Formats: sequence, C-alpha cells, structure tokens
Amino acid sequence: MSVHEHSASAGARAGGEPPLVELIGIRKAYPGVLANDDVSFSVRRGEVHCLLGENGAGKSTLIGILSGLVRPDAGAILIDGREVSIDSPRTALEHGIGTVYQHSTLIPALSVLENLMLGDTRRLRLDVAGARRRLAEFGEMLGVEVDPDATAADLSLGRQQQVEIVKALWRGSRVLVLDEPTSMLTPQAFAELEQVLGRLKGQGLGVVFITHKLHEALSLGDRITVLRQGRIAGTLEGKTLRAAPAEELRAAIVGLMFGEEAPVVTDVAELREDIERVELDHDRRRAAEAETVLELDDVSAPGHGTEPGVEHVSLRLGFGEILGVAGIDGNGQRALAEVVAGQRHATHGHIRLYDAPVTHLSVSARQKLGLRYVTDDRLGEGTLGGLSVSLNLFLKRIGQRPFWRFGRMQRGPIEQTAGELVQRFDVRTPSVSTRAGTLSGGNIQKVMLARELSFDPKVVVFHKPTYGLDVKTTATVRDMIRGLARAGGAALVISTDLDELLEICDRIAVLSRGRLVGIVANEPGAAEQVGRLMVGDAAVEAAA
Amino acid sequence: MAETTLPAGAPLEPAALALLRARVATRLLDVGIRSLVPVVLALVAGGLLLAALGRNPFTFYGHVWDYGVAQDNWQQSAVSMVPLLLIAVGLTVIFRANIWNLGYNGQFALGAALVAGYGPTLVDRLPLWFAFVLLALLAAAVGAAWTLVPALLKAWYGTNEIITTLMMSFVGVDLADYLIKGPFQDPSIRTPQTRAIAFDKLLPPIPGTSIDVSLLVAFAAVLVVHYVLTRTAFGLRLHVLGANPRAARHMGIDLPRLTVSSFLISGALIGGAAAAYVLSPFWGYVRADQIPTYGDSIIPFVFLARLNALAVVPFVAFYAILSTGGDFAASQENLPTDFLLVLVGLILLFMTVIEYLGRRRELGSSYLPAGLVQALRATRRPAPKPALDERAVAASGVDADEGRA
Repeated sequence: MSVHEHSASAGARAGGEPPLVELIGIRKAYPGVLANDDVSFSVRRGEVHCLLGENGAGKSTLIGILSGLVRPDAGAILIDGREVSIDSPRTALEHGIGTVYQHSTLIPALSVLENLMLGDTRRLRLDVAGARRRLAEFGEMLGVEVDPDATAADLSLGRQQQVEIVKALWRGSRVLVLDEPTSMLTPQAFAELEQVLGRLKGQGLGVVFITHKLHEALSLGDRITVLRQGRIAGTLEGKTLRAAPAEELRAAIVGLMFGEEAPVVTDVAELREDIERVELDHDRRRAAEAETVLELDDVSAPGHGTEPGVEHVSLRLGFGEILGVAGIDGNGQRALAEVVAGQRHATHGHIRLYDAPVTHLSVSARQKLGLRYVTDDRLGEGTLGGLSVSLNLFLKRIGQRPFWRFGRMQRGPIEQTAGELVQRFDVRTPSVSTRAGTLSGGNIQKVMLARELSFDPKVVVFHKPTYGLDVKTTATVRDMIRGLARAGGAALVISTDLDELLEICDRIAVLSRGRLVGIVANEPGAAEQVGRLMVGDAAVEAAA
Repeated sequence: MAETTLPAGAPLEPAALALLRARVATRLLDVGIRSLVPVVLALVAGGLLLAALGRNPFTFYGHVWDYGVAQDNWQQSAVSMVPLLLIAVGLTVIFRANIWNLGYNGQFALGAALVAGYGPTLVDRLPLWFAFVLLALLAAAVGAAWTLVPALLKAWYGTNEIITTLMMSFVGVDLADYLIKGPFQDPSIRTPQTRAIAFDKLLPPIPGTSIDVSLLVAFAAVLVVHYVLTRTAFGLRLHVLGANPRAARHMGIDLPRLTVSSFLISGALIGGAAAAYVLSPFWGYVRADQIPTYGDSIIPFVFLARLNALAVVPFVAFYAILSTGGDFAASQENLPTDFLLVLVGLILLFMTVIEYLGRRRELGSSYLPAGLVQALRATRRPAPKPALDERAVAASGVDADEGRA
C-alpha cells in the first residue's frame, strides 16, 4: 500500500489544472500547543477529500483557517494556483469557500428562504422571487426538496443541514467544507447526504469532509488525509482507495490515526463490533430476566427555558443492564437525567429504586442510596475548578463520616481516600491538592467518574459520558460503564452519539420531543430502527 | 494540621514541588498587592486632593495618626472596631455564598433601637451580665429576623436578594426611628432619643484599658467565623454555593436551607454588632435619625480582605483609626467629616482598577509556566480577535494543560 507522505504542491504533481484550494505548510500554534504543524492539503475539482483524525488532531483549526475564522502563523493558501489571504469568513466566501459548521447556524425563527437571504447585503431590496428560483435550482441540483417557507426550527436536522449546504453554496462557492456533518444525523439522513455530495462532485465542486469516523471516510472519500497531533500522518489517494481491500485500508488508516498505539486502542467501533455482539447476546438475555432496579412510571418533568422537559416517560432498568437513551440533542435529555438524579422535581409519575419510591427524595438521599449521576456539564456543574481534586471527589459527601466529624473536615481521611480513588481511576494529576480546573477534560471526567462510581454505586445515569474526550479516555470510560454493569450495577446512558450506544448498550430507548418513542433491543439492524424512531417515523412502533 | 501525605501513585518531584512553592508565593504576593495597593493609592490620591484644597496632606495624615493612634487614642479606635468587626464578619459569611445581604443598615438600626429601648429597664431589673447576654441575643434575633423575608423569598422563589434586602433595610431604619420617637422615647427630654443606660451599667472595660470587653467577643466571633468557613462542612457548602449554585444543586446541597441559614447568621452578627455599639461605654442610648450606617463604609474592606474573616481584622483596624483620627483631623483642618467617605470611595475605585488589571494578568500567566509565556510573548504576532482564537482552541479540542503535560 502506498501511503503518500505529504510533500510538495499537489498542483505541481498533477501537472495540469491547479487544485481549487491548496494549503501549503500551514502552521498554527496556540499557547502550549501546536495545533497545525506544516500541514499541506488540497481539494481538486469533483472530489470529496476526507480529513480524518481524532479529537484534538487539528482538524477544526485547519477548517478554521480555510473558512477565515483562524489566521495561520505561517504557510500559504492558494486558490486556483494564486496565493490569497483569507482574513475573515467573508473573504473565504468571496474566494468561493463555503463552510457548513458542526452546529446549526440557521436562525430558528426565520423561514428557509429568509435564512438564505440573510447574507445578501449587496442590494437594498430583497429579491424574494429570484431567491425562490435559485433555491429551486439548488434543490434540483442537489436532488432534495426543501419548502422555502418552512420555519427553520421545524425542519429535521438532516433537512436543516441541506439548507446549510445550500446556504454555503448560495454565493457561488466552488469548495464546500463540511465540519463533522454527520455527528447529529440519523443513518437515513446520512444516506441522503451521501447522495447530495455525489451530485456536488458531478457539478465539479470540491468537498472537504471532516470526520473522526472511519467508515464515513471510507464510503465518501475520493482521497483521505489523516491528521495526527497537528501533522499530516498520511494521505490515501483515490487509486489506492479503490484498489485495496477494505480490511487492509482500515488497518492502514487506524495505524495512521493512532500511530504505534493502534493495536491497543481498538476503539474504532466497527473493528470490535462483531466480537462484542456475541458476548452481548448472552448478557442481554440475562438482563431481560433480571429484577428491575430502577423504574420510571409515567414520569413528567418541566423544561427550563428553551430546553424541553420530559412527558410521561416510563422505563425499567434491569440488574446488570446498560440502557441507552438515544435522541437528537435538546429533546429532553437533561430533564430526564435530572429528574432521575433528583435535581428536578417530577410533576407527574413515580420513580422507584429497588421497588422503593424515591420520587420525593433529595439529590443527596438518592446519592446515598446508590443512585448516581455523571453530568454532561463537567465544568458548569460537575466540578468546581477552583477547588482541589480531593475536595471535588467529596463534594457529594460533604458532612458525612468519616470525612467530616461533628462538622469538622478530616483532611487525613479525605486525602488518603482521594489518593486511592485517583489511582484506581487513573486520574492524571500532579497531586490530589491540585486545583481541578487545571486538569484536562478527560481527567476532569475521570474525577467525576471516581466520585460517582465509588462508595457502592447501584444505578448510574451517564449523560454524554464521552463527549469531547480523546479516543483512549473514551475507551476507558466505556469500559467503566461495562464494568459497572458486570458488577451488578445498572447504567442509564444518555448520549447523542448513536455509535456509542450501539457499542455498549443492551437496549436503546429513543427520546424525541420529551417522550420515549420506543425501545429497541441492540441487535443487528438496531441502528436503522433507532434512526427511524429519532426522526419520528411512526411506522416503527418497536418495543422490547 | 498534619503534613499532607501524598499518595504513592502521584509523588511530587522536587522540581514540581519547587514550582508549587513558587506558585504559592506568587499567589500570596499577588493577594497582598491586590489588597494593599488600592489603600495606598487611595491615601496618595486623597493627599493630592487635600493639596488641591489648599491643605497640607502630611499635616492631615499626621493628625489622623495623632488622634487615632498616638498616646492612648488607639484604645478609642479599638473600641470603635467592635461593631465594624461584627458587621464585617456578618457580611463575609453571606458574601461567601455569593448572596448579597445589603440590608445591614436596617438590621443594625433595629437591633440598636431595641437594645437601647429595653436596655435601661433590663440592666436595672436583672443581674448585669445576664442582662447583657439577653440584650445581645435580642439584638441578634432581631437582626436575623429582619433577613427572614428576603431569605425565604430567595430560597423559595429565587427573588433577587439585593433588592429585597435593600427594601427591608429602609423599612428597618424607619421602623427603628419610629420606635425611638414613639414607645422608646425618653419622656424626660424633648430630643428624639431613648432613655440612656447608666454609665456604670454599660459594658465594663478590659482591666487596665478603656476598651470594653466586647472587643474580646468580636475577636472570638472572627475566629469562630473563620474556623467555620475554612474547616467545616457548612463552610464548604457555602463555598460551593458561592462558587457555582448549579454545582451546589448537582452536589445535592440543600440550597433553601443553606440560603436561609446564611442569612440568619449574617443578620444575627450584624444585630449583635448593634448591641455592642449601644452597650459600649461611649453610648448607652441611641438618637433617632442618627444611628450609624457602618456597613456602608466597611463593605469595601470586606472585599479587600477577599472574604477572609481573619484578613478583615487589619482592614477594620485601619478604617477604625482612619475614622477615629479622621474625625478630629477633619475638624482641625476645617474639612467636612465626609472627607473620610471620599477616601473610602477612592479605595473602592482603585480596587476596581487593580482587580481589572490583575485579572488580565492572571489570564496570561495562570495556565502556563512563566518562561513559556515570555517565550510566546516574544514571538507573538498581531493576533486575530481573541474570542475567535478561543473558540478555535475549544473547537479543536486542544487543552492548554494537556499540551503542557
């Protein structure tokens, strides 16, 4: 297999037509970190160039540079072979580079058409009829049908993304940059996106597709470039991609992504899928027969502000079970987690822990009973950055013996136990008295896990447990969740990452607009079913 | 406190330990600078102002020293410290929780009115010490009770306590004035004031001084508050609530209860301050419309002390000297006594400036070793807007700390 180590200009190599956009020797440093180091990268006409790398590899910085959000410290940007300087998103658009960001930039209250016309500040009068025609043209070109008068907020995420793509192309862009476009899509929407990209290629556009998911890169990419620690680890050219067998490609890319550690870090979901499935089957049968440890019976809880609550949610969590809750962000996940943890009062229904009602118990009472909550908001509520690691480990046990006696803090026992927890959960910290705020996200997550998974946990709610973590920590966290279930605990894993749920859960419930719309056993084909439930396809009223 | 034993898994290397020590030293220096520099600057600026008004600043500050410290005058300053100290720790407790009890004037005035109103009768009818304790408890109870409405509104409905405490404060001050002019009015005179407690039935002095024993009580209160804030479960809960109410909720802290109890403690300490004030040998009575508003002057010093109960003491001492000596100095120099408020205002102003500068500095240095920061500064190019930069760092998942490790 020929892995092309990055060298000189791709344009020079191709000999003829220069690439649409070419980055040469890009370097960008942030305090303490080299985010991009001598990165060269290009997009040609009619190709999808996938940029693959794990969190923190420097993908977003590179995209920021392309789209004008970030200015490089060194290096050149060439458009059609001519050097240009991109100093703002506006110049990027003027140079024909349109970007679709990871999170929606549409204004929810405006219609599709209004959203598209927002950027048209060239003329005083809005050309509504013209815009309507143009949208119809784009719709035909992309093979999608978008209602120009629909309110953006009412569109599904897949549709919203199509509108974002149209918006990025609106001013005649020839290069489309998609930053992790699939992170919030259902499998069906992904298939649609694939078609859209195919048509764009046919029109001679160049597409930069950023992802950290290997299978997407393989199915979409005409070229794949792997970033690792800010540097190009390697590029797989189209010829190789078409010729080499899939397994070999995967191995090669995993090698590029993770370097020497690759065989150890087998997190890439699809590599271990098959093995796990077999093991899971056995466990799942056990879980189905097991006694119920947590039961939600017709529970409703109010939302806060724009974030929705939950309505009439019923579910059972069995001994040793991992139950996933899938759903698009902002469909009541936080309300569900908080009502179980006791941070939010249920306005209706009952919550039972081992058949004992806990609906009216406080957070700390539930905590003592072994009902724990690993929040998704690590810095906002999960830890106090100004306090030491050891105190953060004990914030849910303030006043309890033997760490406090007659209200007085016992520093000895606290620090000793904190030291043990730090070791057991592999928290990388200079000492237990280091301020928690100085740790990395992964280590802060481990501090929270150490707090919730110690002192006899029984049922643990995990809310986006691996969000924003690097691959290694992600694997560790997932192992901890499995470990909890194996040890007889039970886990409720709320996540927007469907791959994660498919990897670790026994069953997957789907939350949509604050309601549980179905529960699917994690068997082959579950992804499809969950995806349909997520978009509210009533035809699948699956129940397990 | 015993030596901290580090876990075997995370031994501190000598270099790291040295770095840690250096950081602690820097931090102490930082805190010292931030606390003292505003005071010094305010004195300098106040001096310039005096010069502009045609007075010799050195003479003025000399007078402050003479009347506030020299000979036995420091004892008078010490006596005036008592209510200031109690109010300061009362505010410290609740400010720690990031709750703003700004109703101190009303709490103080009501406590003072009641002690002055019932004092003359109680000290005559009861054993003296018993009467003192009873009056102190009465004042504390009234001060605490006056926080109850804002406390419950805050605890149950999240009502902004800044507004409710201020409103209650106005009502409290007026009610105190009403009580003094009405039921507690000394019938033998026309001035609107309470009957005076006889001199020999006021708080006795510490032997060998003219300072009354309430100073010892105030110091004890400071020590107790400091202990509670730094060593107990209650103090940690207050800290968590103050640092982040959402985190407090997440950690299962009973927020309504904690909110109400911090209000009650704060109000009780401020009410207690009023008892010490009325029972001090200077007074023995209060006059309507003339109950002091100590809290207004002491607030800046509570912040200068960084909400640390022990650190409050030197600042309060400083202010006590300034106000005791300043009163005389101002009259000597033919200045209004409000000149002291100008000095306090200047301290507040410079505090804000130093805080702003300090925060900017910390942003640059707290994450990374100093050497690296200097190296980066030397190579820094004109940067794009920082907001974008930060966003990009966040988006790329790059953590400054991880980079260092």
